[in-house]
Amino acid sequence: MNRLLPLNISQLHLQIDQRQLLNCINLRIVSNGICLIMGHNGAGKSLLLRCMHGLLKPNSGTVSWNHSGADIIETRQQQAMVFQKPLMLNRSVAGNIHYVLKLRNLPLSLCEHYLKSANLESKGEQAARSLSGGEQQRLAIARAIATEPAVLFLDEPTANLDPQATRQIESQVLNAMHQSIKVIMVTHDIAQAKRLADEIVFMQTGSVTEHTDAKQFFTQPHSDAARDYLSAYLH
Amino acid sequence: MISFSEIFSEFTALLAGPDPDLLEIVFLSMQVSLTATLLACLIGLPLGALLAMRDFPGKWLVTVLVNTLMGMPPVVLGLIVYLMLSRSGPMGFLQLLYTPAAMIIAQTALVLPIVTALTRQLIEDSWKDYREPLQSLCVSPWGCVQTLLWDNRFSLMTISLAGFSRAISEVGAVIIVGGNIDHLTRVMTTAIALETSKGDLALALALGFILLVIALLVNATVYSTRMRFA
Amino acid sequence: MKKLALTTLLTAIIAFTTTAGAFAKNNSILVQSTTSTANSGLYDYLLPLFESETGIKVNVVAVGTGQAIRNASNCDADVLLVHARDAEEKFVTDGYGTQRHDLMYNDFVIIGPAQDKANIRELSNVIDALHEIADKNAVFVSRGDNSGTHKTELKLWKETGIDPTIDSGKWYRETGSGMGATLNIAVGMGAYTMTDRATWINFKNRGDHKVLVQGDERLFNQYGVTLINGDKCQSANVTQGKLFVEWLIGDKGQSEIANYRLNDQQLFHPNAR
Repeated sequence: MNRLLPLNISQLHLQIDQRQLLNCINLRIVSNGICLIMGHNGAGKSLLLRCMHGLLKPNSGTVSWNHSGADIIETRQQQAMVFQKPLMLNRSVAGNIHYVLKLRNLPLSLCEHYLKSANLESKGEQAARSLSGGEQQRLAIARAIATEPAVLFLDEPTANLDPQATRQIESQVLNAMHQSIKVIMVTHDIAQAKRLADEIVFMQTGSVTEHTDAKQFFTQPHSDAARDYLSAYLH
Repeated sequence: MISFSEIFSEFTALLAGPDPDLLEIVFLSMQVSLTATLLACLIGLPLGALLAMRDFPGKWLVTVLVNTLMGMPPVVLGLIVYLMLSRSGPMGFLQLLYTPAAMIIAQTALVLPIVTALTRQLIEDSWKDYREPLQSLCVSPWGCVQTLLWDNRFSLMTISLAGFSRAISEVGAVIIVGGNIDHLTRVMTTAIALETSKGDLALALALGFILLVIALLVNATVYSTRMRFA
Repeated sequence: MKKLALTTLLTAIIAFTTTAGAFAKNNSILVQSTTSTANSGLYDYLLPLFESETGIKVNVVAVGTGQAIRNASNCDADVLLVHARDAEEKFVTDGYGTQRHDLMYNDFVIIGPAQDKANIRELSNVIDALHEIADKNAVFVSRGDNSGTHKTELKLWKETGIDPTIDSGKWYRETGSGMGATLNIAVGMGAYTMTDRATWINFKNRGDHKVLVQGDERLFNQYGVTLINGDKCQSANVTQGKLFVEWLIGDKGQSEIANYRLNDQQLFHPNAR
């Protein structure tokens, strides 16, 4: 069982500059596996991800991991997040991994393992910023996993990547899941969602309209909104 | 009027047979300005980074103030340091006036705003990209400063060089707090001022070229280090 | 490793700055001096002699007389060596100095361009010469910095009954700078100016300027030396400062001042009693 689960979100509201961006969100995530957050642009997917990770503080409501009111920093240290446009530290590929290993007091010898997992073992000495987009994303995911998190957040990790690069990312994500890391990921790619998802959270204009098992979501979505969303992508 | 051949012959004479007095002056210039730049960087780099990363009331005022201090006239700064270090001043007991230490203090104060202000601008721009990822990793505030400084090391080198250039080329502050004392506080710029006042313009200009050669060597050294680590 | 290097570096800097402070103080005295005596090379000749005799290092800060007196009033001197008798005597009566001694003299000269627009070359009376310059509106450059030379020049103008500062910025131009800078400007503008002879003899950038007026007794230039008052300035090195003053006005110092020559000319004439 995952040490941070279950995740309980209740009555969560988020306002920025007088605009209601997340509206009374109630969500309970219990089981391991890959959870995908889907919905139109501006539905609040990335904001919800940031609230879960503690990067944004909701105006009201609670986010609680494993029933505890534990310190936000302590919880966040057991999670990792890969941003849509991943930050490459201005040092070598290996240096990027070393950075987080040092931060978490882990042995630097682990670096090689993580480079291999990202298929970058031959590029350890290269400057991280000289990598291609797909390689950068792979390094970012490997770097996140190197912190040994219980939960991994991914914000559209395959946006703007070609199919082959996308597949490599997906296999990295599946590997993470097999190591009992709970993956919570935002994506727009329905084919990808079908390949990866165990459960789906569907959002519309700041609210969660549906949270179901993946199979059910793709065959019999509850809400009209989700049905429209799926059909728009199918045609 | 003096001719260029006259300056050139003075210049080659200075380079060919560098007399001990000249070497002493060159050495002191380097010692004072490099130490001052180093001190200003030790303080100014983290200070500039903190200023970029932290939000606090009155931040804009501090920023404008530091930016303004970049334009501090060396003579004015020299006078302020003089009044502090004068035997009748508040820090007179230190007995530092008319010593290399006083010159280092003055030049550090002169370089500090430059390093701080330019670092702040640079780090503020890159902090936009680093803030969330570092927050996600739970990096401590001091860790954030170190990370940003290291990741911007090449631009910061250029900033340090700008600081060094300011220090090595100024005369107003060091002549007041150093006194241009022969064999004790005479540096390149005060020697140039002295030769100008003696009307020996050719020698003054030749010394000026030597100063430029030194600045060139320092810049080349930094640039080659940069190439090696890039 | 990085921390160790940093600590070593900081220790080195602190050690350096403190020793730098100490060695300036140790067995050395500080003289606030007028520029002419320094620029003429007199100290380069005298000080090694004094140092080898007594082991005392003399550090000279050469600035205009006005600034030298001001610095000394802040106790930033052990000995004051300038050329403005009235100001020096005021310095002593104000309690900053113990006693002023006549040390030596030379003279001021009026220099100007060879073509000599005001035609003062043949004049032996400096007052007449200044009258001519003012009448012809010939450009005259003044120190304008409250120095010994500037004070003497103003005294001479007062005797002519002309107030040149009315025309400041026209034919009368005040540089607010040292003697050297003022000479550079005078040469650059083809203007007249007054300078002490020692600085002029040692000055390299003369262009076609010549000494035009000299020998008037009003152009007499007296240098004086004063020991700082230890009661007023606790930190002053009075003991060794006194040795230096006594050496200068004693037989040895006086004869060495007479011995110093540049371009075959004697620059300073000793006249301590």
